[in-house]
Amino acid sequence: MKRCLISLLMLVAGVATAAEFDYGLRAQRIAGDVYAFIGKTEDFTPANGGNIVNTGFIVAPGGVIVIDSGPSRRYGEQMRQAIAAVSERAPVLVINTHLHPDHFLGNQAFAGVPLAALPATIEGIASQGNAFAENLFRLTGDWMKGTEVRVPQRALAAGTAEIAGRRLRLIALDGHTGADLAIYDVASGVLFAGDLAFFQRAPTTPHADVGRWLAALDQLAAITREAGFTALVPGHGPVTRDAAPLRQTRAWLTWLEGALRRSAGDGLDMNETLDRPLPSEFAALPVAANEYRRSVGHLFPAIEQEVLGAGR
Amino acid sequence: MKFPMTIAAIALAALMPAAEAAALQDSGDPLASARWADMQRTVLAGAPILFDPRVKVVAPVTAENPLQVPVTVDATGLGKVVEVIVFADFNPIVEVLRFYPDAAPAYLGFRLKLQQSTPVRAAVRTADGLWHVGGTWVNTVGGGCSAPTAGSASKDWQSRLNLVSGRQWSAGAQAGRVRLRIEHPMDTGLVAGIPAFHLETIEFHDAAGQRLMRLQTAEPVSENPVFTLQRGAVSGPVEASGRDNNGNTFSARIAP
Ligand SMILES: [Zn+2]
Repeated sequence: MKRCLISLLMLVAGVATAAEFDYGLRAQRIAGDVYAFIGKTEDFTPANGGNIVNTGFIVAPGGVIVIDSGPSRRYGEQMRQAIAAVSERAPVLVINTHLHPDHFLGNQAFAGVPLAALPATIEGIASQGNAFAENLFRLTGDWMKGTEVRVPQRALAAGTAEIAGRRLRLIALDGHTGADLAIYDVASGVLFAGDLAFFQRAPTTPHADVGRWLAALDQLAAITREAGFTALVPGHGPVTRDAAPLRQTRAWLTWLEGALRRSAGDGLDMNETLDRPLPSEFAALPVAANEYRRSVGHLFPAIEQEVLGAGR
Repeated sequence: MKFPMTIAAIALAALMPAAEAAALQDSGDPLASARWADMQRTVLAGAPILFDPRVKVVAPVTAENPLQVPVTVDATGLGKVVEVIVFADFNPIVEVLRFYPDAAPAYLGFRLKLQQSTPVRAAVRTADGLWHVGGTWVNTVGGGCSAPTAGSASKDWQSRLNLVSGRQWSAGAQAGRVRLRIEHPMDTGLVAGIPAFHLETIEFHDAAGQRLMRLQTAEPVSENPVFTLQRGAVSGPVEASGRDNNGNTFSARIAP
């Protein structure tokens, strides 16, 4: 039976990686003192251990500023080692861009280092963090062993801040989730867009508000037009020197919202909407079919409700 | 595995296209569920059945959200249908709903809650008394039935209880389709401290009072249920009315 086959494959994959649980993290230099770890453009699997996310760090005069901590305690530990291979300075702050588990479950490896996030992100991690961690355990298996939620305590406010001797523009947005922090490093011109930007990988939408997300993309696009801008680090997918991830994320979201609205307007139900083919422009994107399927589940009920009317 | 067929099955097979006839079987669950024997005994009271490919049950292979798993049952290939029972072998509450098509065809779309991976099946009773069974496996990552609904958690659900929104499609590919949404928490009673609270009966009539279809809905139907049906030869407004297990009623007119 198919289900048994899937469990067996998961078991085999688990055994193959269990020997080391090595994420193979290597810091990619983006500009000057700014680095990123680029994850795979895949779904969570026992083979990739959840390394499907981009994290980063800035070597500031007063120490290392860490941006997102990855999907597990092991990832956080290996990230910390990989940072140490680049700089002798100690981590002084870990920032979680939003409440999705692949962005904060490595926090545990930074014991003693202050953890910071937007207030709504802190609230979300506190209330839903354990459920997210459990889900990731189911999807990736033993890579997650020993992982526990560490809730950020320091609330960040929007605006330009001096952190460890570095000027960072903290841009509080929303749309991918209820609170999405983008970080612009003024000295290097590197924009950490968090999951507001996906590139060469279909966006995820479990907590999305598409309208708000598109508005957030406008704000990020304005930064990429500033004279000092040099690079954009999306939450998932390769780093670019231009605004391509913003354009691609916008194109996907605009199409997705329009397609679901047309489908509901035509009287189709959720199963029929799931069956709709993806336009070739988007079908070629990694995990496009899976993300479309998930997005129908996340977004279709509200759109359908609008089409059916307010209720009486 | 091949099993000998009963006389009824052989007679039926003679009337069907070869490919479908080959898939008819009256024993040996095509979904290979360990609970099938229990299902036949408890849900269908041990009545003789026929696994029949003309009973189409459409649902995603993997349900991302176990609280809102879309299911479409289409038994219009069977001729006159008396009763349809939808159930899920491994759900803590097995029976999802029953529907009784009158003037409307034997077709219904809805969403349900699943606790774990399970077959979702429809048993369809035709006028001759025989049960035709179809189904499909749905894999989940679990947790649908024992999670509290969003409705009970929000403040204003009581003032919106049983509000109906709906629409008919009269032109285009979906001409003849009726869709409606009813606001209701559909609490299963499996969450500590929250008693079962769910819609029990829903009926659809045309303007002349002719009944299109009757539904009996149980706890596993999703919160704020959305139903899709075909109005058949009927035209004009469709009247939807119903009641939950606490006696709250509703009645709404869905204009064409
Ligand atoms: Zn995210």
